[in-house]
Amino acid sequence: MQLTIIKYNAGNIQSVLYALERIGVKAVVTDDIQQIQSADKIIFPGVGEASTAMNYLKERRLDEVIKNLTQPVLGICLGMQLMCKYSEENNTECLGIFDETVKLFRPTLEIKNKVPQIGWNNIYDLKNSLFNNIQQNSYCYFVHSYYASIGNHTIATTNYIQPYSSALHKNNFYGVQFHPEKSAVVGEKIITNFLNLKS
Amino acid sequence: MLTKRIIPCLDIKDGRTVKGTNFVNLIDAGNPVELATMYAQQGADELVFLDITATVEKRKTLNNLVNKIAHHINIPFTVGGGISSVEDVSMLLQNGADKISVNTSAFKNPLLINNLAKEFGSQCVVLAIDTKKENDGEWYVYLNGGRLKTEIKCFDWAKQAVDLGAGEILLTSMNNDGTKQGFALDITKQLAETLSVPIIASGGGGTMQHFVDVFQQAKADAALAASVFHFKEIVIPDLKRYLCEQNIEVRI
Repeated sequence: MQLTIIKYNAGNIQSVLYALERIGVKAVVTDDIQQIQSADKIIFPGVGEASTAMNYLKERRLDEVIKNLTQPVLGICLGMQLMCKYSEENNTECLGIFDETVKLFRPTLEIKNKVPQIGWNNIYDLKNSLFNNIQQNSYCYFVHSYYASIGNHTIATTNYIQPYSSALHKNNFYGVQFHPEKSAVVGEKIITNFLNLKS
Repeated sequence: MLTKRIIPCLDIKDGRTVKGTNFVNLIDAGNPVELATMYAQQGADELVFLDITATVEKRKTLNNLVNKIAHHINIPFTVGGGISSVEDVSMLLQNGADKISVNTSAFKNPLLINNLAKEFGSQCVVLAIDTKKENDGEWYVYLNGGRLKTEIKCFDWAKQAVDLGAGEILLTSMNNDGTKQGFALDITKQLAETLSVPIIASGGGGTMQHFVDVFQQAKADAALAASVFHFKEIVIPDLKRYLCEQNIEVRI
């Protein structure tokens, strides 16, 4: 199996590579369009800011390439947010794979949570084979200030200030808001489930 | 619900884990990669590595160690000690660190925090503050591993650092560190209730009840300890069960 990680200007690629190595899988890190299109599976990671990342993808035509992929694609954190329609982070038009929009966490008078959310939170209403053998309410590691709303493509929910999408799925596209590469054994199982999906 | 975090801290000197009392009298506490792996398996939520001998010639050793740790552990970790530039941070992140912590260098050059936040995002910039309560009842910032007193109050510096882009505060009370008499609840609470970023309380954790107190009374987001974990006076699975019994949300 050819596993490809999309290389762009948003970090955490190294952590994803090490996590794959612990599972025993090799991956190619590249921004070469042909290599991305010919992969069996693709991981689209990301830590960073939405508009800068989208500009980078557009300049290299990677936006069109990603939207038109037909093999399984897993977006992580910012990667997942960029697969949504729109992000409030610097008013960014994103890839539009998922209809959901990305909003800033806004603490209320009653719920004075800190932003960004940093740490372990549970995922529930798990609805997809991405979560095979993952128990409801398992803990995953999150670091983010923006969240995807709940919508038709929600396959996992997490609560911080309000319920939001901690994972999304549409056709061959999957996205997770948490960092499976940093989510201990649960995260490793979710990565393995993605790798086991039928292409 | 977002959980409270338990964070073992490994002080690193010449590639080994060490532990002292009130920043002195260091004794060997084991191989950092082995310890880190064990803590991750036991259910530690994050790890912090502080290089206490960080000098220019040791940077390469630290980067190599960070790389080894990153290969082995599947939870987030922070690296600190002697970091003074964007280049230092870039190297550590490339070697697999998730966050970095800055202390003295950021105090001397606050713009460093701003530059790091812009370059890498606030989520990976932890400001470490060593603080001591003086006879006037105020908490002051100390530098150089607790050896140099400043006239700046802990709260003022923490607030300024958050405005500059620090994503978390790692607050160590020098009065409490190594005493096993409990965390500094007053200053931890002041920061946790006022600032918009998570506060990691450090220094003084000696019993499981101390952790309950720092979460329930001082509203800390995370608690860090070293020797009680290294010398197995408290083991993480027991601690988490205890916290859970006290209705504190933890990852088990």
